[in-house]
Amino acid sequence: MDYSQFLYMHAELSLLAVILILFVADLVMCPDKKSGKGVYNTCLPVVLLTLHTVLNFLPCAESQSCEAFGGMYVYTPMMTVMKTVLNVGTLIVCLMAHKWLSREENLVKQGEFYLLVLFTLLGMYFMISSGHFLMFFIGLELASVPMTALVAFDKKRRESAEAGAKFILLALFSSALLLYGISLIYGASGTLYFDEIGAQLDGSLLSIFGLVLFITGLGFKISLVPFHLWTADTYEGAPTVVTGFLSVISKGAAAFVLLTILMKCFAQSELFYSWNTGMYWIIVASITVANLFAIRQNNLKRFMAFSAISQAGYLVLAIMDGTAQGMTALVFYLLVYMVSNLGAFAVMTSIEENSGKILISDYDGLYQTNPKLAFLMTLCLFSLAGIPPFAGFFSKFFVFMAAFKAGYPLLVFIALVNTVISLYYYLLIVKAMYIKQSDSPIAPFRSDAYTRLALVLSILGVIVFGIGGVFYNYIEGFSYGL
Amino acid sequence: MIQIEYLLVVSAVMMFAGVFGFLTRRSTLAILLSVELMLNATDLNFAVFNRMLYPEGYEGYFFALFSIAISAAESAIAIAIMINIYRMVKNIQAGELEQMKW
Repeated sequence: MDYSQFLYMHAELSLLAVILILFVADLVMCPDKKSGKGVYNTCLPVVLLTLHTVLNFLPCAESQSCEAFGGMYVYTPMMTVMKTVLNVGTLIVCLMAHKWLSREENLVKQGEFYLLVLFTLLGMYFMISSGHFLMFFIGLELASVPMTALVAFDKKRRESAEAGAKFILLALFSSALLLYGISLIYGASGTLYFDEIGAQLDGSLLSIFGLVLFITGLGFKISLVPFHLWTADTYEGAPTVVTGFLSVISKGAAAFVLLTILMKCFAQSELFYSWNTGMYWIIVASITVANLFAIRQNNLKRFMAFSAISQAGYLVLAIMDGTAQGMTALVFYLLVYMVSNLGAFAVMTSIEENSGKILISDYDGLYQTNPKLAFLMTLCLFSLAGIPPFAGFFSKFFVFMAAFKAGYPLLVFIALVNTVISLYYYLLIVKAMYIKQSDSPIAPFRSDAYTRLALVLSILGVIVFGIGGVFYNYIEGFSYGL
Repeated sequence: MIQIEYLLVVSAVMMFAGVFGFLTRRSTLAILLSVELMLNATDLNFAVFNRMLYPEGYEGYFFALFSIAISAAESAIAIAIMINIYRMVKNIQAGELEQMKW
């Protein structure tokens, strides 16, 4: 056995090292009941995670794609870019979790929070780098089991437990469908390696049924429309920080893997037609239905849930174009969506922690009391809606361009119409903050340094990624047509 | 020797009995049982395909083993959440999980 192949897994190994260090740190420095105050709080995990991100991203420029462990594990520079995107998102989530974790009931649980978040990230790494369905499945479950624990993290709050129950039951259901699909694909092709499946499948009914179940299973994870029913409840019940993590990171990783697998395994003509038609209608339904439901929400977290479903529709739009361009558009869209959404969630967390308010009607008159937060929230919402100077416009533009080139002008048109609808409901919040008056607005407060750092990072992303295609071209340098 | 169709029919019936149970049961524990039925159907499928169609390798058997282990882990965390809910509302009927709606 050649032990040097472990080096290809440097991203996973260094993340594992971070997890182990945090585990020991939690053991040694865990706050006890008497002194009360936690010894390490946010600082250590953030520093370690930053180190891990930088160390793994720097050498990716000159490295080549390769396989390890007999093709179970695949490594390409593009996957490193994707992992770095997820790292940055996790970093922002950890930063904005500070205030929430400093609550008295959460102080003893802060070590668990970081471990669960990082194990979820580790699962996504394996899922992204998989070259075999078994590896993919283990990564998927490693990502979704700790995620359940995160959703039910507020043990004493009933909504949190209820959200956790709904999440785990539907995660199990979708895993079972996914597994049944994989088993049928195995029956039709006789292999589970992504590279070999493509040549073995001939478009028989068995393989089409397997494909449908497979897309259904992943559709639950990305929360596309016919499979989205758990999303709003889970997002509402979960702690706000976890909702931010759930809406961006897990969704993005699953969408990337869906693109990879569809293009590697099911790209031949007969199967291509069947999944392409299916995805077409799924995208139309996701974007439209979620937009219509988002208009009537009053809870901001539920609102963001439906916004996230519709954004997932745009994300998957890039899959329709299975070339290098589609992949670049997907990763760039995810990057921009991540900073905009996490920025909005950082504002929401900050307001919820300081005033306990989460309804849209609570945000009335926010501009009078907290003008800076209101302004940052506006920037993020504009970016989510895709208004030109901000990054969201360019990411949507690249996705539309990819889908248009792939030959779906009608789909792009429907998506464009929906962008206008989404602008309406994003502006509802802006209107509440700036124009509406309130008798009891949220009192002015100053958020803590970590939250401010998270906000700065997100807003920087929203503005910087908007300055033209430098980042897009940079990502394009790594992408590959499958 | 038993033909492959019989075995596949058994697994398909198990699978869709599980789906039916998942959609109709009122108790969350019964829902969990239904999901286990679905997962077992997939394990059976893997073993059958491996034994009958591709006996030269062991991919299907190994997949079944891993999926049993992973589904056990998932059920454990699901039951932990159910116990937590039971402590709060003294009931684990699915109808109790309706604090949040539309």
